Amino acid sequence: MISADHTPSGIEIFIPHVYDWFWSLLVTVIIAVFFFKYLLPKLNAILDERAAKIEGGIALAEKVQAEAAEAKAQTDAELDEARKVAADIKEGASNDGAAIVAEARAKAQADAARIVEAAHRQIEAERASAVVSLREEVGGLATELASRIVGESLADDARQSRVIDRFLDDLDAGLAGENERVVASSTDAEPGQV
Amino acid sequence: MLVRLVVTVLFVLLLWLAVRKARLIPTRGQSLVEMGLDFVRVQIVEQTLGKERAKPYVGMFTVIFFTILAMNLAGVVPFLNIAGTSRMGLPALLALWVFVTYLVVGVRMHGAGKYFKAQLIPPGVPWPMLILLIPIEALQLFVIRPVTLALRLVANMMAGHIMLVLCFVGTHTLFLYSDAIMKPLGAVTFAAGIAITGFEIFVAVLQAFIFTLLSVVYLNFSLEESH
Repeated sequence: MISADHTPSGIEIFIPHVYDWFWSLLVTVIIAVFFFKYLLPKLNAILDERAAKIEGGIALAEKVQAEAAEAKAQTDAELDEARKVAADIKEGASNDGAAIVAEARAKAQADAARIVEAAHRQIEAERASAVVSLREEVGGLATELASRIVGESLADDARQSRVIDRFLDDLDAGLAGENERVVASSTDAEPGQV
Repeated sequence: MLVRLVVTVLFVLLLWLAVRKARLIPTRGQSLVEMGLDFVRVQIVEQTLGKERAKPYVGMFTVIFFTILAMNLAGVVPFLNIAGTSRMGLPALLALWVFVTYLVVGVRMHGAGKYFKAQLIPPGVPWPMLILLIPIEALQLFVIRPVTLALRLVANMMAGHIMLVLCFVGTHTLFLYSDAIMKPLGAVTFAAGIAITGFEIFVAVLQAFIFTLLSVVYLNFSLEESH
């Protein structure tokens, strides 16, 4: 491979000839031009593109993640809202139920009161009618008894009715008053009457 | 030198084939090339200079590294059989490139006076010592660095070439032209030739690495504020 006229030896080995310089320069320039003009720009462009793509991918992933987080937050909010609504409905229903129960109870109480009052009134009426019929019967009996005892016929209607009324008035007064007074008045009245 | 032209053509062709259809998702060839470029950029240039300062010089050192690597490897390629860097011209040229670069960068960055003062006068040295030190530093800066750069490479590759030649010529001679009793010795030289071929591949990569690394280190001296 030595293209000089003679084989170099000694210090000549380390002193390049002109042709050596020339060819070295030529190949270095060729390689340098290839690297600077073609290889490095091309690969750098590719590397930049790849970096951009990776960054884009990362950005996209972050965006998707953010969207997912947002969607989750939204879902959570909606869920909370729904829970609140459900709680409101529940509370309203329980309030309504309580109101219904209270109303029903009030109505039932009113009904009960009404029934009781009606019963009272009926009892009162029956008692009154019983009093009336009793008064008539007792009047008859007393009259009969008295006429039998006295032996005197109280045939005279006016007198008979006067006597009966007076007796019943006394009786009523006795019933209305206190026991002692009833006793007193009856004992007072009896001698006068008889 | 014919071998350099052949290597240049082959090397450029190979790289061109590897990245001709360079894509985002690399093929094997493209990955390999990217790995090589990345190695130079990250492991050699950026680690020494720092990422920001390295930017303008990455291209230059990539060219130097791959030129030396391709030329070195030619030493073990059959039919080429000699490293393009085993003659003084190419290593000297590359060393000159580095030399001029670091001088120009240093002068342009700090100004000629300040740069040479920083390079030649070590700080904190008593003045009588400077009589000794300034010539030493000057020798270092102007002669020793570039010359050792070139010499180390050329000597390594030349020695490798001589060893390979020795082994294979020895094998050839022992097998074909020597007495029968000497012939088994040819097997030994042949095995040694194989071993040295492997070693030469290692040396080819190593010397390319060392040349480039030292160049970056020398450039770093020029970039730094003080020596």
